[in-house]
Amino acid sequence: MSANVNTSLPLEYQSGQSRMNILGFWIFLGAEIALFATLFGVYAVLSGRYAGGPTHQDIIMIREVMIQTILLLTSSFTCGLAIFEMRRGNKNELIMWLVITLLLGAGFLYMEINEFIHYVHIGASMQTSAFLSSLFVLLGTHGAHVTFGIGWAILVIIQLIKRGLTSVTARKVFIIGLYWHFLDVVWIFIFTFVYLKGLVL
Amino acid sequence: MGIKWDEFFITGDPLILGAQISIALTMIGIVFGLTYLKKWNWLWTEWITTVDHKRIGIMYIISAVLMFFRGGVDGLLMKAQTSRPEMEFLSSQHYNEIFTTHGVIMILFMAMPFLIGLMNVVVPLQIGARDVAFPQLNALSFWLFFSGAMLFNISFVIGGSPDAGWTSYFPLAGKEFSPSIANNYYAIALQIAGIGTLMTGINFIVTILKMRTKGMTLMRMPMFTWTTLITSVIIIAAFPIFTVALALMTFDRLFGTHFFTVSGGGMDMLWANLFWLWGHPEVYIVALPAFGIFSEVIATFSRKSLFGYKSMVYAIVGIALLSMLVWVHHFYTMGSGPAVNSFFSITTMLIAVPTGIKMFNWLFTMRKGRIKMTTAMLWSLAFVPCFTIGGVTGVMLAMGAADYQYHNTLFLVAHFHYVLIPGVVFAVFAGLYYWWPKMFGHLLNEKLGKWHFWLFVIGFNVTFMPMFFLGLSGAARRTYTFSAESGFAPLFLLSAMGSIVLAAGFAVFCYNIYWSLRYADRNISSDPWDARTLEWATATPVQHYNFAKLPEVKSLDAFWFMKKNNEGLTLKDSEIEEIHMPSNSGQPFIMCVLFGISGFFLVFEWSIAAAVAALGIFAGLIYRSFDYNDGYHIPVDEVRETELSWRNKKGEAHKHVS
Ligand code: HEM
Ligand SMILES: [Cu+2]
Repeated sequence: MSANVNTSLPLEYQSGQSRMNILGFWIFLGAEIALFATLFGVYAVLSGRYAGGPTHQDIIMIREVMIQTILLLTSSFTCGLAIFEMRRGNKNELIMWLVITLLLGAGFLYMEINEFIHYVHIGASMQTSAFLSSLFVLLGTHGAHVTFGIGWAILVIIQLIKRGLTSVTARKVFIIGLYWHFLDVVWIFIFTFVYLKGLVL
Repeated sequence: MGIKWDEFFITGDPLILGAQISIALTMIGIVFGLTYLKKWNWLWTEWITTVDHKRIGIMYIISAVLMFFRGGVDGLLMKAQTSRPEMEFLSSQHYNEIFTTHGVIMILFMAMPFLIGLMNVVVPLQIGARDVAFPQLNALSFWLFFSGAMLFNISFVIGGSPDAGWTSYFPLAGKEFSPSIANNYYAIALQIAGIGTLMTGINFIVTILKMRTKGMTLMRMPMFTWTTLITSVIIIAAFPIFTVALALMTFDRLFGTHFFTVSGGGMDMLWANLFWLWGHPEVYIVALPAFGIFSEVIATFSRKSLFGYKSMVYAIVGIALLSMLVWVHHFYTMGSGPAVNSFFSITTMLIAVPTGIKMFNWLFTMRKGRIKMTTAMLWSLAFVPCFTIGGVTGVMLAMGAADYQYHNTLFLVAHFHYVLIPGVVFAVFAGLYYWWPKMFGHLLNEKLGKWHFWLFVIGFNVTFMPMFFLGLSGAARRTYTFSAESGFAPLFLLSAMGSIVLAAGFAVFCYNIYWSLRYADRNISSDPWDARTLEWATATPVQHYNFAKLPEVKSLDAFWFMKKNNEGLTLKDSEIEEIHMPSNSGQPFIMCVLFGISGFFLVFEWSIAAAVAALGIFAGLIYRSFDYNDGYHIPVDEVRETELSWRNKKGEAHKHVS
């Protein structure tokens, strides 16, 4: 199974096992789409059910959300740069861009946690209403994914430092890249359907 | 955390006390037995840490048989309770628990693992591969299923079993109406097992798409492989919905959110929708592979190629698509209005079209075939009329207007048993009789098999046929007793008697396993059924690397044509190369233990302890990330020796030449 090596392909695609891992990860992302689609559906059904509690307009802090969005979108861009450097075989630049990506991600996460704390302070907790339950779980699932991604990427960076750029580490970086872009896409939907729609409607 | 120890063990019920004692004794017995026979090491190195798809498949199947026993006992207890009017064998609470665990165990811990087990054993062989795409992930899938199943099963002695039905509808399943921890078992055990299933889905899609041997195009794949592929796609689409639904249930019950609650703006019918958005496709997740098994068995024993191969493929794809569009038929009575109900009536009835196509294809496969009445074939033959009864009553239930009459009656219970038992149980029995030699190197006894078959099929019909009529005359499902005046007594008694025959059939099956393990002839050829597909193009039982030389496929029914044209059956010394295989790993099992512990704490709402155990899960993931073991190589000599040991025997088509 380790045979099947094709050196004309980019490093991360060279071994047969790597090609399978990458395909497997795409399918996993398919499952993630189904998962987030369900959460969005739940949110769509419950988002008007305030049960006498706060509404969208009462809680959304659009300035902070804009900053979060910019942080995360930029991190997706730097993640793209990381893969670009990987394709050119520059290990150090790759690591640098990955670290920048993670810092941006951590900034996003810091703001999101603050946002949650703020909500709870003004009396909008997960237990208040169906609307808030669905909001917290939708945002929280995304945030948990980002947290998980940061931890995972740190592990991969350690392996990059220890082992250099091999077909295995390259594949791991590539897969993390897919994951990170995916989280960005989910955020765009959250930004549109939760925040913008919440403000306008 | 507020641990309530008085709720920990279930006390005060003699049935359960008996169960607790027997569980404890069995465990002690197993530990002593293994120690005495010095088998711990063997168990660990050969089974627990294995990443071999065939052994993983066997472990799935063993677990499924055990779960069938457990679920079957539940079924018999229910039948005993309703055998006479006003029986006082089980209390209403106990009855509630039992139909809940019966339903969950039969579908999630019996049907699914049985089929996934057979997929594991057979699919890599059918596509001419040496393993699945991700062998260690495969082991993890199994161990997560096992962890979930064990967690769910201990509920009846520790903490209490869930009692809100296998559908666990809200508001009943919520904290307000089910305050004890029992329903947490449902939310958490199914979550753990579900993660395993999802990973199985990914694994099989990649395996089938990427690891087919040379020449095996998609349209040359055996039908069981096709159904596995489509099933895996349904798993990817449907299981995440259940993951979310269970997570939201857990939040509602443990952390006071308002997704499905009555207060706080929650919406109970949202649960029903999410549940069936997963639940209906789930029915096809178990039915499609079963259809695949019948296709293989019928083609082999009719000694013909499967009739209408292409239409079979389109039919399963069609069924998969439609299966996503029918979920509302489970609650027409919710009152969504005529337009919605009509839409879902039509989509539901449409499923009968591809299913009908498949039926006719099987019949035409048999037409003019030289049919061999083996036990596996008998199951396939019995499937046709029995499943048709299930299908026709399904079309009756599909009519939204009429369903107001049948809804929640035993008519429905009879219907889905007529679908699930012929459609899944008959299939796994057929598959076991057929593929048993591939796993164990000997056949199951055919004569005992016939006893098994007749008792089971007759018992099944006598048990469930009366339920149609009971349901039509108004007997509600999930009711623990009935009055003598209702007039239900004769049919209920008949049904209970049928279930005894059914149980006798299952007992013969267990005895058959025992008998065959001990006495069956080990000196069989690698192809005892004169079969058609690649799993038979190698040794029986299969050597751990599956194929010394990967076969080349030139047509459908590849092995049949290899035999006919006498191609590719000989192995030359010069063709033997060393073979790369994945190494064993204990990590999946350790993850199983950690998930089990963490889940157990979460069931008891000991969140801090659960979080600590979850740290262990993360440690396991980190360990895996740093694990760079990429297997080992089997030397040429070892391969040659293994091949020589089974090729060149008398009556063996496979040869070895130096
Ligand atoms: C082996 C013999 C079996 C017997 C005797 C049996 C008997 C029963 C009975 C008596 C009920 C409850 C009826 C009521 O509502 O009061 C029931 C429910 C059910 N059975 Fe079976 N059954 C058997 C096999 C199976 C199999 C193989 C499956 C699935 C693969 C299955 C799935 C279910 C489900 C999902 C329910 C509904 C549980 C609920 O109401 O929540 N059963 N069965
Ligand atoms: Cu359905």
